[in-house]
Order: sequence, then structure tokens, then C-alpha cells
Amino acid sequence: MNETPLLPIFSDGADPGPSFLNLLRRVSPDSLQMPPAVAGHALPFELAHGTTVLAIRCEGGVVMAGDRRATSGNSIANRRIEKLFAADEYSGVAIAGTAGLAIEMVRLFQVQLEHYEKIEGASLSLEGKANQLSQMVRANLPAAMQGLVVVPLFAGFDHRRDRGRVFSYDAVGGKYEEADFSANGSGAVHARNWIKSAWREGMSADDAISISIRSLFAAADEDTATGGPDLVRGIYPLVAVINQDGFKFLEEADVAARSQLLLDGPERGGAA
Amino acid sequence: MSMPFYVSPEQVMKDRADYARKGIARGRSLVALECNEGVVMVAHNPSRTLYKISEVYDRIAFAGVGKYNEFQMLKIGGVRLADMKGFQYSREDVNANSLANAYAQTLGQVFTNEMKPYEVEILVAQVGSTPAEPNELFHVLYDGTLMDESDYTVLGGDAERISDFLENAFKPGLSLAEAIQIGAKSLAEEGVTLGADQLEVAALERGRARRAFRRITGDELLGLLS
Repeated sequence: MNETPLLPIFSDGADPGPSFLNLLRRVSPDSLQMPPAVAGHALPFELAHGTTVLAIRCEGGVVMAGDRRATSGNSIANRRIEKLFAADEYSGVAIAGTAGLAIEMVRLFQVQLEHYEKIEGASLSLEGKANQLSQMVRANLPAAMQGLVVVPLFAGFDHRRDRGRVFSYDAVGGKYEEADFSANGSGAVHARNWIKSAWREGMSADDAISISIRSLFAAADEDTATGGPDLVRGIYPLVAVINQDGFKFLEEADVAARSQLLLDGPERGGAA
Repeated sequence: MSMPFYVSPEQVMKDRADYARKGIARGRSLVALECNEGVVMVAHNPSRTLYKISEVYDRIAFAGVGKYNEFQMLKIGGVRLADMKGFQYSREDVNANSLANAYAQTLGQVFTNEMKPYEVEILVAQVGSTPAEPNELFHVLYDGTLMDESDYTVLGGDAERISDFLENAFKPGLSLAEAIQIGAKSLAEEGVTLGADQLEVAALERGRARRAFRRITGDELLGLLS
């Protein structure tokens, strides 16, 4: 049967299958258009950049976290940006890089996972989800060549293996599974060192949450593009736990209380 | 070259309708009932894997009876339409009304233009996001006839008998368990009881966070039926 006026039903050869991305390419290619690559030309304007995000594997799952700052050159573009999202019920995605493209990529990724689930009647495996994201990052390559790089961090609970898993990506869509943890963005090197010094096999989710807040603070301390806890405005990092019960953001009050513990700690310095 | 026989348009339409109705009557029926928690759908379906009821969007479900491959194709079309609309506009802009209209258009067009009509009847159900917001039950026939129903709706060849039963048995304010029990009883023929292994049950529950759709299976279904 051919296309009907409203319902997108396709003849055999043209059917996009369970992929929402393929469906959009077929029905509405304009909505996917990325800026054309112009080699050697820098963009004549500054765009908002997301900075430090991280994922830590712990007992029974994964903890993900991200600071709340977006920068545009030397300015702060947004102090409440959200860079950590639930990809679906059992996985999360955190983004660093060009915020505008990254947020759109996450939106597409979320629909892609749910669309597959509804069409097929079963969720993708965690590995399958990670590969899907890899393809989306690769599709952004022309923009990445112009400096509009998007690099996500993907983590989730793998029901088949009964544990949390963490995947990192590079600008061409290369997917790398991390054994224990990963961090991404301008403050990542500082965050990663903090995590590395404290990470233990089998550590509890609670400990991983503390480490994630501590290491984001450390990153904000050293990197101007990373935002620390803002006690004046009450802006705190986003933190989420993913385990066999699903993806769950920590309450803001909980993160606030944990951030308070940093006060009067060793970071204060001087003779207090 | 032989001349084709003249057949009046009335006769063509009647033949097609009879053909579709016969196909639908061969399959088993399905009911949807409104209850306190939202909307419950109960289908007589012994298969554990080939579903008649599916999730379409956050607060919308699809159910079909008749020829499996045909309503399955319509389900996929609906999921595609809803996901596209939600992605291009916003999740709040997806509603059962426009989806049901798209189904009616498609079925109507196939009925008049194609060799063979779809042998299906479908339901597009939407649960209100608050108790004050009404649920919606759109019933679409094989020829594109679109009906907006309330309280309960019946799909399938046995609709008359089941509707008669539900007219007496249904009352507003049912609990989830009561609605499932009444639905199961309505589908069973005189003197027969349909067990959990003969039923496919799913609900759109108002209280759930974003995705209201949930299948009710296994021990939970056994518990709710007894």
C-alpha cells in the first residue's frame, strides 16, 4: 500500500522499521538538517558550551552527575542548564560540548529509544542503545568539523548482565566502554582524578554520589567553565542514580544537603 | 476482449462491508471500560506475545481486533504519527482525537479505493491527566466510521451480546479490579469463564508519571481476577 494522507504507512521497500531517525529522514528530512561543513572557516559567533559531566559505576548500578554551567567564550551563557537526562527508564545520557546541538541530540535519542520499544514491543539492550547514540554522534560529524562538537556520556543498568555500565564517545561517534567511571567536558580531567583516587570496586551508590559531588566541586575549583554549587541562588549539580529499579534524579534538597558538607572542609584552607 | 459486468456502487460497498464484517467476526472481541484509575482494556487473547493492545503515546493506547497483520500495521502507523508530532511540536500536543481522525481517514480511504478493505476495528483510548479531565474512547470501524464513546466500548464480532451485558453490569466509579472482572465476564460466552491465560489486559492509569500505559499480567492479573 502507498502512503496515505495522514498515517505514515510505507510500502515494503521504503519502510523505516523501528528507527525513528530513519522515519524522520523519510518523512521530514528538513527537521534533521545540520549546518553544512565549511572547511577551515571558524564560526563568526560564540555558542553556549556545556562543561563537566561524569558517570561512576557502583554496586548495583551507576551514578551520573553534571554541573549546571554553560559558557559562551568567557561569559556564562546559562547558570541553570541541565546536562543530565534520563534516556529511558534504565539509562541516562549526559552531554558536554555545543549545548544547542547536544540538547537536540538527546531529545532525538530519547524518542528513538521509546519509539523502538513501542514498535517492537521490547526495549533495546543497553549495548544497542549505546550503539544508537554512537550513530547519532557520527551524524553530527560535519558540524563537529566546524568546531560544533557534541560528546555525550552514556550509562545505564544492563539487565542481561545485572550491573551498571558506562560508555564514553568521541567526536566521530567512537564508542568506548569504560570499566569503572568516566568524565567529560572542560573540567573532566580534574573530576576524573578525584574519582580515580576514591573509586573502589563494589562501592555503594551513596559513596558514589558523594564522590560525584566532591569531584564536580574540584572541577569547578580549577576550571572556570564548570559551575560549583551556588549557595546564594540555590543551584546545585544534577545527580541521578540508575539501578535495577530505574533512573532516578536525586532531590535537589538532598544534593543541597550533601553540598553543605563541603563547607568548612579541607577546601576552606587558611587558618579558619 | 470481454466486457466487465456492471456492478452498482451500492453493491460494491455492501460486498466490501460484508467481507470486512465477516473477517472481523472470525476473531475474538475486546472491551475497554472507564474506571477510577483511568481506562482498562480487556481482550480475549490466548497469545502471550501477539498483542492486541499497545502503547501509542504518554496517555494514549491502541487496541485492535480482526486481522492481526492489518491492525498491527495501523498500530505502527499511529506510533509513528504520535512520535513525529511530539518531536516536532511538543509532547502535550499529541492527542487521541487527531490520531483517531488519521485512522478514520486511512481506513475510509482503503475501504473505498483498495481492492480489499481492512478487516479490523480499532480503539484509540486516552486517559485524562486529572480526574476532572474526561477520558476519551474513539472507536473506528473498518470503513472509517468514527465514534466517540464513553463509559465502555466493545470491539469485535460479538459486540451486540457483550454490549447488552455491559449495559447492565457497568456503572460509573468502578475500581481497576472490578472493571477487569466485568470486562472478563462480558467477553466470556454463556457458562464459560475466561482465565488469566485467555486474557490480555492493559490499563492507562492516570496516576503514573508520564507513560500511563501498563500491561497487567501474571500473578497480578490472577489476583485482580479473583
